[in-house]
Amino acid sequence: MSEIVTHAYVRDIELPQGGGTLALITLDNGEDHTRPTTLGEQGIANMTQAMRTVAARADAGDIAAVGITGKPHVFAAGADLRGVTKVSSREQAHALGQTGHDALRLLGEMPVPSFAFINGVALGGGLEVALNCTYRTVASNIRALGLPETGLGLIPGWGGAYLLPRLVGIERAVDIILHRPAQNKVCTASEAAQWGMVDALLDPADFLEQSVIWAAQVLRGDVSVTRPSAPTTHEWEAAITAARRTLDATLAGARPAPYRAVDVMSLGPAATRDEGFAAEDDALADLIMTEEFRASIYAFHTVNAAKRPKGAPDQKLAHPIGRVGVVGAGLMAAQLAMLFAQKLEVPVVMRDLDEERVVAGVNYIRSTVERLVERGTLSSPRGAAIIERVRGTTQIADFNDCDLIIEAVTEVMDVKKKVFAELQDVAPEHAIFATNTSALSVTEMAAGLRSPERVVGLHFFNPVAKMPLVEVIRAQHTSDEALATGFAVVKKLGKTAVLVADRPGFVVNRLLVLLLGKIVEVVEQGTPVDVADRALAPLGLPMPPFALFDLVGPAVGLHVLVSLRENLGDRFPRSPGLHKIVDAHARVIREPEHRGIPARVDPDIMQYFDSPSSPTVRTEQEVLDLVVEALTHEVGLMLDEGVTQDANDIDVCMILGAGWPFALGGITPYLDRTGYSERITGTRFHPVGEASLPPV
Amino acid sequence: MAHATPPNRPVAFVDAVRSPFGKAKPDGLYAHTRADDIAVTILRDLLRRHPSLNPELIDDVAIAATTQSGDQGLTLGRTVGLLAGLPQQVPGFAIDRLCAGAMTAVTTTASTIAAGFADITIAGGVEHMGHHPMGFDADPNPRFVAERIVSPDALNMGVTAENLHDRFPHLTKRRADEYAVNSQARYQAAWDAGHIQPSIVPVALRDPQRGWGLATRDELARPGTTVESIADLPTPFRAGGRVTAGNASPLTDGATMSLLAAEPVARDLNLPVAMRLVTFAYAGVEPEIMGYGPVPSTLKALARAGLTMDDIGLIEINEAFAVQVLAFLDHFGIKDDDPRVNPYGGAIAMGHPLAASGVRLMSQLASLFAANPDVRYGMTTMCIGLGMGATVIWENGTFTATENEATR
Repeated sequence: MSEIVTHAYVRDIELPQGGGTLALITLDNGEDHTRPTTLGEQGIANMTQAMRTVAARADAGDIAAVGITGKPHVFAAGADLRGVTKVSSREQAHALGQTGHDALRLLGEMPVPSFAFINGVALGGGLEVALNCTYRTVASNIRALGLPETGLGLIPGWGGAYLLPRLVGIERAVDIILHRPAQNKVCTASEAAQWGMVDALLDPADFLEQSVIWAAQVLRGDVSVTRPSAPTTHEWEAAITAARRTLDATLAGARPAPYRAVDVMSLGPAATRDEGFAAEDDALADLIMTEEFRASIYAFHTVNAAKRPKGAPDQKLAHPIGRVGVVGAGLMAAQLAMLFAQKLEVPVVMRDLDEERVVAGVNYIRSTVERLVERGTLSSPRGAAIIERVRGTTQIADFNDCDLIIEAVTEVMDVKKKVFAELQDVAPEHAIFATNTSALSVTEMAAGLRSPERVVGLHFFNPVAKMPLVEVIRAQHTSDEALATGFAVVKKLGKTAVLVADRPGFVVNRLLVLLLGKIVEVVEQGTPVDVADRALAPLGLPMPPFALFDLVGPAVGLHVLVSLRENLGDRFPRSPGLHKIVDAHARVIREPEHRGIPARVDPDIMQYFDSPSSPTVRTEQEVLDLVVEALTHEVGLMLDEGVTQDANDIDVCMILGAGWPFALGGITPYLDRTGYSERITGTRFHPVGEASLPPV
Repeated sequence: MAHATPPNRPVAFVDAVRSPFGKAKPDGLYAHTRADDIAVTILRDLLRRHPSLNPELIDDVAIAATTQSGDQGLTLGRTVGLLAGLPQQVPGFAIDRLCAGAMTAVTTTASTIAAGFADITIAGGVEHMGHHPMGFDADPNPRFVAERIVSPDALNMGVTAENLHDRFPHLTKRRADEYAVNSQARYQAAWDAGHIQPSIVPVALRDPQRGWGLATRDELARPGTTVESIADLPTPFRAGGRVTAGNASPLTDGATMSLLAAEPVARDLNLPVAMRLVTFAYAGVEPEIMGYGPVPSTLKALARAGLTMDDIGLIEINEAFAVQVLAFLDHFGIKDDDPRVNPYGGAIAMGHPLAASGVRLMSQLASLFAANPDVRYGMTTMCIGLGMGATVIWENGTFTATENEATR
């Protein structure tokens, strides 16, 4: 895809009270706000030329100030990432950083002050344009200011890593550059103003007008902007040490970018701008040439592309949904009922067998809504509307006017079949039946029905409100109408749908449970639990395996493991130890020392595993190797079985359903670049260069 | 000198602002700027100028536009209020009386203040003639023509101006041109002296092809215009006619906004009383000579106020067409270049964004009052399409009575 070129227009602004001329640069790619302005090669060239022109005028004394702003709703959304992935050598990569610096630093080094008027989204290189200016105003409605680079395998390398600590202090800079990207968080205009990242918070209604007046006040000396005093070297070093400690605890070296960002910041308060920018250039050059960065960009684009799901039938076939039924009132069911009530804004009937469970489910929704209202996430009337829409009942007949009925009852085939069999006698003929099963066969579930074509799988993840993925399962008889309805509903719920074949465990659970099974297997065979728990650290997964086990719940995990073994074979191992742990209701982890640090396995659970007669004690590396081999083999099988349409969809599932990192590209780019895919399956999942560095 | 009888509850004109006026063409200042955005910016600035006014106290917002669709659609007083960040409890509405829209917004909400139904109101107007060409969406009833209710001529304002020349042959093209040249010269002098700038609010300009800009001055004035330079301009409304681009107001984009208050409320809130409403009147004339409207409306207003033209020290008359101003002056025996009339120039120089112009006249009168505390009464008047005139008579809020006056 060719670059959408960003223009850098310059217009003269007459400052009030005879204050002279402010040359205002507007970055605009000629598209509306749905195509945010990015800075590619030609865009940077345009920007550089504009800045040189105004710098020359500043030198000549023609202008009193320089301003820079963006098109409506967007200041600038950063570097053109597709352009960056075309870079095929370190020299090119180095030049890219340097060209950006050369342009942006002009803003901070002109003989007149420069002002960024941040009128919209300012991310990454876009925010760095503003950071290079002498002063910044921001429109108070903006909620997307940030430096997400370390989450994409880069650092804020157009001045951000050097300049930000000097504006907001080193501790805050570490938060903005490292921690927020890791949590996928940006910051708001008012936060930025509070921290000193921007100097003036102005109303969006007359933002540019008031920004110009503010600039004139600064130029006249009527407003003075104070910067924090430089921190001591000691404070600086302490913050850097803390940052490294956090990285080691959470990442254990799995990704290079955050570490490089810390390296640049560790130059300390005395570093000159030249030194800082040169360090940024070097870090960028190295990082652009890493597999982690290439996989991250692939992941970023793949996840974005998944917002328009592949393989969905014509959306015109989707049934309108005016009322939803939820079978069951347990935790999952109640979460689903709340989500439907909130996002579809339709009445929801939630039914369970006994009154007590129904009340518990309704109360769960009520207390969740109340908490969100208290926190300010939901307005009080919206919260009240959600509670109002959900009706609990024990009468199955109350489903008689539902257009969509989703079951979330116990993961037992007979129970689910019975539910559907009863439903078909009370539900309207057009109603679509959905199942939230995580591993059972949807086809089998629908088999005894008079109209099995009305059944579709909609597999949500826990916690439902947070997890962005829904696996949409097409069973053997699922009609296009039922499938289209499934996709339409998921879209309205604000989640990403991936079309998945009706194979056991679908995508996410099949791979996660395989991984857990392999970890338990090596423990059964004699590897200490702490070694097994640490072994996957190089992958940089969101949590170690036993913490995942704890999250899923050992009983559920075991249930799925057993079910997958029955359906898919002994690759999903037996574990007597796990059975004992479940029977003993033992906790498999110890609480971490403080929040943000992953929980580690409790070594005491070793007691539940029998010592094998001839133990195989594996190293961390051997365990990792065994697990990755198993994953590779399984992904190969899944693609052969047509579980998803391509490897990209597997990655989307693992990123959105399991939180697997961009740096792995989900999973398949990692399997390619480490050679596992070729070794185990005989072929790569992606051609060289697609989700990896270009061919040499 | 006569004394007018003001309303029982005096209404203060506190202040008014306007946008720079731009050329209503694809290359004009506001070609890519929304009409409502212009109104929002100036409303915010008007309130910013009066920090002692808690915006929650505003009882109503009336904003006029001749074409109420697109970016002038919905109901402007409400949309602009919300977009400007007025508290939600402040209501608003849109108003239309063609060119006298903003003037009608003022007289209507001033009346509610006088009657005690409101304490503080905002009244203004906006017209983006570039986005909404005159009469573009109108569908005149065929009965107008079929039953000769209104001649087709009357729907074209330029033609009505030609009709005025016909009706008053002594109002020659030469006199119209001279009047226009004087308007340009007076405007330029007023600008150079800094009399216009205080009421102007800079407005951000969005242009996808050129980037953001800021409108800080009017775009349409033609300084240095001479009678010779406009003598031979085409007469688009009639072959061999007299009305040209030189002696008519240009098509204009712009907005105006004023703040009105019951005088005691203004004093309580420390708001200035720039002028005081004396009375107003609207009147109709033959639509074919629409420009004659200010004559009957002024006669009516003077009579209602108990004043004569001799009592009026300053006149701000809208210059839709020079000939229409001349017809007014002629009727009242006022010289074409009388210094009391439009001393800062008029619409021929700065432009006439239809429904917005009324408040521009008032803003200018308020500024002239402040500079002339010896003048007690002034007038704002304008002609209105389809044959109407509007006149509002004001008392100078800064008027200081001489001893002689005070003892009477």
